[in-house]
Amino acid sequence: MTHFAFPRLSNRVWKVWHRNKDVFMKTYKVNFLPPLLEPILYLFALGFGVGSFIDVIEGMSYPQFIAPALISISIMNSAFFECTYGSYVRMYYQKTFDAIIATPLSIEEVITGELLWGATRSLIYATIVLMVIAAFGLIELPSGLLIIPFSFIAGFLFATIGMCFTAISPNINALSYPTFLFITPMFLFSGTFFPLSLLPEPIQYFALAVLPLTHVVSIVRALTLANFSVVLLVSFAWIVLVSLVLFVLSVNLMKRRLMV
Amino acid sequence: MVVTVTVPVIEAEDLKKQFGEFVAVDSVSFTVEEGEVFGFLGPNGAGKTTTMKMIQCVSPKTGGKLEVFGMGVSTHQCEIKKLLGVVPQENNLDPDFTVYDNLMVYSRYFDIHRARAERVIEELLDFVQLREKKDTLIEQLSGGMKRRLILARALINTPRLLILDEPTIGLDPQARHLIWDKLKSLQSQGITIVLTTHYLEEAARLCDRLVIMDYGKIIVEGKPDELIKEYAETQSATLEDVFLKLTGKKLRE
Ligand SMILES: Nc1ncnc2c1ncn2[C@@H]1O[C@H](COP(=O)(O)OP(=O)(O)O)[C@@H](O)[C@H]1O
Ligand SMILES: [Mg+2]
Repeated sequence: MTHFAFPRLSNRVWKVWHRNKDVFMKTYKVNFLPPLLEPILYLFALGFGVGSFIDVIEGMSYPQFIAPALISISIMNSAFFECTYGSYVRMYYQKTFDAIIATPLSIEEVITGELLWGATRSLIYATIVLMVIAAFGLIELPSGLLIIPFSFIAGFLFATIGMCFTAISPNINALSYPTFLFITPMFLFSGTFFPLSLLPEPIQYFALAVLPLTHVVSIVRALTLANFSVVLLVSFAWIVLVSLVLFVLSVNLMKRRLMV
Repeated sequence: MVVTVTVPVIEAEDLKKQFGEFVAVDSVSFTVEEGEVFGFLGPNGAGKTTTMKMIQCVSPKTGGKLEVFGMGVSTHQCEIKKLLGVVPQENNLDPDFTVYDNLMVYSRYFDIHRARAERVIEELLDFVQLREKKDTLIEQLSGGMKRRLILARALINTPRLLILDEPTIGLDPQARHLIWDKLKSLQSQGITIVLTTHYLEEAARLCDRLVIMDYGKIIVEGKPDELIKEYAETQSATLEDVFLKLTGKKLRE
């Protein structure tokens, strides 16, 4: 079996999405709390706290600088953790995927539904963070609203990354490796809390080549400031292309794991 | 005279399944006809579950031929799965939902309209005697209730073929008898049933025809009473005696 066979899909993928949405909505009050509180904590501690030592950074205030990073991080975390720990629990402990593939749905459709749901979670969380940040007056409107559709696309990318790790993890504890070796460094070194340009040049190139969050942060920052440049198209193309490749790869890796 | 040529519900010929070098199902051939209850008997590890999974199109076969309703399992997964109801060996109810929602969510996977699903679910809750547990979460159900709910879930799409992998595993006699009653009633409605078990009594009571499997191979095939007649050494022999005689007394696990 090849790793890059394009999956055959139908609109039944949305049934899986619907299932996950139903579970999410059962506990929506708890689910909505973290994206509401977290950005406020970060804004006070880093934005207004640490930020009181910083006059301007790349022509803006420090809270303005980190606001798009907070949105980007919530995009990354919600899809990545949904499609690693969340999907792993459904796959391995709850046997949810086994139950679904006994119906007309195929494993390809199940995984695609999971990825779409991961992206949707990014959209939901990014929207909430966006509202908090807008309440602090740290965002240009209406261009900032474009972040909402963008968060789905970027969320899909992190969902596919997570799903690849889920497919190859021998057990749930092994998911700590991508979390600490990939997500945590990305959280800190993607132009989030200080400009990428402070890093040595080779590392900057490295970040742009393999850290998806750098591209997401650049785009979200441009949207919050209504300050666009052509370079952003490159970032956008990077995100779309890598998503597509990892989408196909993650579905095939999962198929290899589950269809034995 | 009108001659109707009916395709068998399942037709397997030299069906084979390997996991790496290990041969789990070793060139088995069998045919299941419409409306019969067909049993797979065998000790643990005989290859029963593996065979069921190939029929369900969730585990690709390594070799041989396997057709369900005349359709190949490698090419018509979706079409075949629409016609199946499955009670898996391992419970896989959705712990995030109540009894009712488990059935409702499952009905969506079959594209069943909500209004119709509501009607069918009401009927099924009565059929498996779980109406009082409608709003209960899965973890609060007893083992017998879980098995009954899985049976109800397997019937949500009014399947033409019901596959039951050890339907009464781990249940007490009362719970087991309740499931048997349900299966008998389904049998009288003419639905084709394939079941695996290592409870001999279960096979003797329910099956029209059965095969005994061991080490991936089918060793005998026949009607329960015929097998007893053919292989029994004493007058009062049961299917259990036949089973032990054919598969030996060596412990498998
Ligand atoms: N995914 C798998 N990988 C490797 N071996 C397997 C796998 N599934 C089943 N087997 C092996 O195949 C044999 C048949 O298993 P199974 O069909 O579950 O038996 P039964 O249902 O009759 O108890 C067993 O020896 C089992 O260990
Ligand atoms: Mg088994």
